[in-house]
Parts: sequence; C-alpha cells; structure tokens
Amino acid sequence: MNIDSIQNGIVIDHIQAGNSMSIYQLLHLDRLACSVAIIKNCKSAKMGRKDIIKIDEDFDVNLDALGFVDPNVTVSVIRDGQTVEKRKISPPERIVNVIRCNNPRCITTTEPGLDHIFHLADAARGLYRCVYCDAAKQ
Amino acid sequence: MIKHLNDIQDLSSDQIEQLIALAEDMLADRAKYQSALAHRTLATLFFEPSTRTRLSFEAAMLELGGDVIGFADPNSSSATKGESVADTIRTVACYSDIIVMRHPKEGAPIAASLRSPVPIINAGDGGHHHPTQTLADLFTIRREKGRFEGLTIGLCGDLKFGRTVHSLIHAMARYEGVRFALISPQELRAPDYILEGLRTRSNVSYEETDSLESVVPRLDILYMTRVQRERFFNEADYVRLKDSYILTLKTLADAKDSLTILHPLPRVNEIAVEVDDDPRARYFKQMYYGKIIRKALLAAMLGVAP
Ligand SMILES: [Zn+2]
Repeated sequence: MNIDSIQNGIVIDHIQAGNSMSIYQLLHLDRLACSVAIIKNCKSAKMGRKDIIKIDEDFDVNLDALGFVDPNVTVSVIRDGQTVEKRKISPPERIVNVIRCNNPRCITTTEPGLDHIFHLADAARGLYRCVYCDAAKQ
Repeated sequence: MIKHLNDIQDLSSDQIEQLIALAEDMLADRAKYQSALAHRTLATLFFEPSTRTRLSFEAAMLELGGDVIGFADPNSSSATKGESVADTIRTVACYSDIIVMRHPKEGAPIAASLRSPVPIINAGDGGHHHPTQTLADLFTIRREKGRFEGLTIGLCGDLKFGRTVHSLIHAMARYEGVRFALISPQELRAPDYILEGLRTRSNVSYEETDSLESVVPRLDILYMTRVQRERFFNEADYVRLKDSYILTLKTLADAKDSLTILHPLPRVNEIAVEVDDDPRARYFKQMYYGKIIRKALLAAMLGVAP
C-alpha cells in the first residue's frame, strides 16, 4: 500500500501524536482485512507532531467514538484518489458502549446486557457522565 | 406527570407544585381519596432494606385504597440467586401497576425503567438519588415556611455521601434567594460537582464551614444528617467522623425561634433526645408529610388525580 495515495478509503488526520494506537483499538481497526497504515510523529505545521491513520477501504468510522477520544481529528473520505468528503468531528452528545463506567457502585458493573452510556455533561471541558450513576469521565 | 421518577431533577418546578397542591388536598380531606387507587397494586422491591421508606410507601398506597406486594429484604428474593434487575422488573410488572424500588447499586432504577412497562419510583439507589425523601423535605419546608424563596438552609453532617443532602440542594437551588450553609468536617465536604452547580447559579449562594455554632443563629432551616457506616470503606474513618456534630439544646441557644429542624431519619445520636420536645424539632412531622407526598406521587403517576 502506498501510504501517500489511497484510491478508495479513509484518512484520519491531525491525531494528537501518540494517540493513533488507542484510536486503532477503539475503532476496532484490527478487525479489518484491508491495509491499514499508522503513521506516527509526522511533522505538522499546525500541531508540531501528529499521527495519521490511513485505511485502504471505505469504512464506516464511529465518529462518536472518535469525537470522544479526540474531537480535533479530521476524517477524509477518498474516492478514486480524490478527497470527496471531509467529515466533521465534534464531541458527541451520547456515547454508547465505547467506554465503561469505572464506578464500582454503578449498576453497569453487575447488570448483564446493559449498554454503557455516557452523556456530554460539560462541552467546554469535554466532560462526560455515566447516565446511570453520574460518574465523570474526562 | 412523568412516567418514571429516578431523580428529583426529573420533576419540573411546576410538577413539584402540582404534587404539593395534591398533597395539601389529601391532608385537608383524606376521605376524598380513600378509594382513589382501589384495585391498583404497588410493588415494593427492596433489594436493600429500608423499613421506614418501605412502610411509608405501603401506608400511602393503603390509605388510597390500593394493594401492596413486594419484598423487604433481598435475602427473600431471587435477586440473591443472581437474577438481573431487568428480569425481576419484567416479572413484577406482570403483577403490579407501579413499582417502588430500592437497590444498593447506583443507577439501578434507570436500568429497571428501560425494561419496565409500568412506572418505576426510585426509593434510593446506593448513595445516589432518593427523590421521594426530597419531596418529603420540600413538602415539609413548604408546610413550615409557606415558601421556598429566600430561605437560609443549614445542611449539617455527611455532605459527601449524603444523597438526601445532594438532592435537597439540587431541588432548593431552583428558588430565588436561597442561601446554603454547608456544615461538615473537612473529609465529608460536599462533592465538587455539587458546589460547581451552585456557583453557576446567580439566584443562590453558599458557604462552607465546619462550625455548626457559628451559623446556627442565621438559619431558617437546619437539616441534620447521619454519618452512615455503610458508605465508608474504612471502619476507622467512620468511627472518627460519626460524632462530628451532635445537636443539643445548648447548640440551639442562639437559634431563631422560627428555626425548623429536619432530619431524614433514622438518627443515631446527631440530635440529642432532649431536642425532640423543642417546638422547632419537626423531623417526626417530616415523616408524616413524607407519607402524604408519597400518596400524592402514587396518585399522580397512576394518572388518577387531577
Ligand atoms: Zn456508572
């Protein structure tokens, strides 16, 4: 795979340097059969250093999960070698089954089959709270 | 009215006013409501024991002519066999029209309401919410003071784990000119998110202190709480902090004659028995008002009251 020129696929750019592996895991990119390139510590005029992930297949990116981890990333959709779409990332209002509640007193620690749901409690600080127990996640 | 009641914040100020008006009418004319919930069944599911809260709900339902089923102790229920909340609720909903539940896990009533075809009322989920205690507190304050606005409320004791205190702060913070005096040892201060919430509101103010004596003369309401052993992971911390505040007649020497002393009960020793006969002690009346406002809530949530 030529990492500079994907024909059809997704480019996740402007990832804070060092965060690409956690995004790789969060988006379950290990489950993809296609080529995936992780480019670490690229020079960036804006950010100093950044990571980039290139996925050689049109793939339905979980934008909510991505927005939770790093709302500053950009997601570009590439078709026939051209960028056809830049998807806007913003901190989602709700995230479902992306992260788990760490509060040992929370019902999600014992109740089977319950979705782990967090809601955006404070957008300015990127603060999320568990909808069940209100425990905070930054 | 709302479908489920998990948190006092689920109720708008208007809905709280409706409940208070209904409770007032029930106080004025008990006979008028004696069959209001005839042929309706309340299930009380206490995955964690709480005799007072359960009896209050059961008495409320019986006074409205309804029936009551349920369990008082998780050891007598299938919950100890590992049945999920969702399964218990789906089963009990077949036998009842409304469910009151207490559960040791925070958020359990939300998990229940996701699966329940009948209304769920949270009667306490761990150290988290206990909205009907707050309704009892609000109704008592209204009965005693005739208003919510402009009151100075002292909250004393365990402000860290004390869920009744957190809910009461949230509920009272809606009203104009309310001043909170938060009285606790350093280790049991109100959590940051509660204080944060108060700072963002321009209609209320608060102060934190560890001295009950210093604020008592300014208070309209003194809300005492118990330091609860079950909220501590460490027995030594509990023993060290449990006797931080003991309200006596001496503490009340400079208090207003119009002071109203409340406590969610049960108490251990944080209010000396000698205070019980002081006309300012209203905590037993508060239990009575708790039953009345629960009657209003049951009737309103079952849609049979105006
Ligand atoms: Zn939680």
